[in-house]
Amino acid sequence: MPKITFVEASGERHTVDAPVGSTVMETALRNNIPGIDAECGGACSCATCHVYVDPDWSEAVGGPSPMEEDMLDFAFDIRPTSRLSCQIKITEALDGLVVETPERQG
Amino acid sequence: MTEPFDSDVVIIGAGPVGLFAVFQLGMLGLKAHVIDTLDQAGGQCAELYPEKPIFDIPGLPSVTGQGLVDNLLEQIRPFEPQFHFSQMVEQIIPLPDGRFRLTTDAGPSFNAKAVIIAAGGGSFQPKKPTYPGIDGYEGTSVFYAVRQRERFRGKKVLIVGGGDSALDWALNLQPIAERVTLMHRRDVFRAAPHSVAGMRALVASGDMDLALGQITTLHGDGRTLTGVTAQRGDLTTFHVEADMLLPFFGLIVKFGPVADWGLTLREHHIVVDTERFETSTPGIHAIGDINWYPGKLKLILSGFHESALAAQAIAARIRPGGVPKFEHSTSSSLLQEKLRALDRE
Repeated sequence: MPKITFVEASGERHTVDAPVGSTVMETALRNNIPGIDAECGGACSCATCHVYVDPDWSEAVGGPSPMEEDMLDFAFDIRPTSRLSCQIKITEALDGLVVETPERQG
Repeated sequence: MTEPFDSDVVIIGAGPVGLFAVFQLGMLGLKAHVIDTLDQAGGQCAELYPEKPIFDIPGLPSVTGQGLVDNLLEQIRPFEPQFHFSQMVEQIIPLPDGRFRLTTDAGPSFNAKAVIIAAGGGSFQPKKPTYPGIDGYEGTSVFYAVRQRERFRGKKVLIVGGGDSALDWALNLQPIAERVTLMHRRDVFRAAPHSVAGMRALVASGDMDLALGQITTLHGDGRTLTGVTAQRGDLTTFHVEADMLLPFFGLIVKFGPVADWGLTLREHHIVVDTERFETSTPGIHAIGDINWYPGKLKLILSGFHESALAAQAIAARIRPGGVPKFEHSTSSSLLQEKLRALDRE
């Protein structure tokens, strides 16, 4: 099963199992990763599951869709590798993915 | 402090279920005040999907969110509900005489013999930016809504966001502010095209500033703002002078103060019984999406049913003489009289 590492703003790292087909957001919630609120439950309508994809992984993960880009307007401290984690589907190719969570979602 | 409003029942939440509770209470001769954090009736139906069709309201094969709300407002008009918008109930305090005192964040208070919580998923609250120290500036220099436009007259106003709220207020405050700066993280705006065109025209004529970037630091004494530092996409920084900051990052549904009212909860829902839809505090009822009981379905339909039974239970408890004899709406003398009174107006 692929593994994902979440890096908190404080630097603390959590490496967890990530079932193929689920999303990075769902994986975070299931493992109680701090910094992911996901208020809307994955409907791409709240921007509270914002993460920074590690630059080494940004090409494999890809960029946001236009709808997700619009939703990112509702998040804070947007950077070039910002994504909403509910929109990143886990595949075998993402085994080892590293994402950073912001200090607060707002 | 102003005198509290006195009411038979206070309904928290003006969504479809809260609105229909006015009808059910009214049929039993009870008056209601309705409080909502939004600035209009309708809750999620009006705020999130006013144009989307709803297909599961009995007798209405298809109705939009706004259409349903408009119909409900028409339906409850005979019972003269009093609405209090743009305020959130913060506290519910039991009074020695068995009533409840409710206070809101806008100042008013209410005395009610019974309370119906019809707050859906909670309250819509503005999303607050994570800029360090922003809490201290709230209410003096930082606002998430414009309640008094005059407050911004002659001020250097910085508006942040790219949606309709940001653009609408930038255009609305531009004539009275000393200077309006609109800041957004990218040169793409989700707002209505005519608002964007209006903004572009003002920027072109030099009457408004457009700044592309994101705030990193607030400057001031911790309470009164003087300006902000912001960062562009290329990581260079710039300064914007501002006395007033209006961040518009959308609304988010928060369970909010409901958690502090001492009611028995189950995962952000209020536990009720299925006869009276009463919470663990007698006299406080919860109906619609916010409640939980075995078999609960989050349907508007279910909320309507719950409102009828909660109203019966409330009437039995607080109405002199108890529950009036059950009447069908087609033959209710009380409803006929109220409808005739409306016709005469």
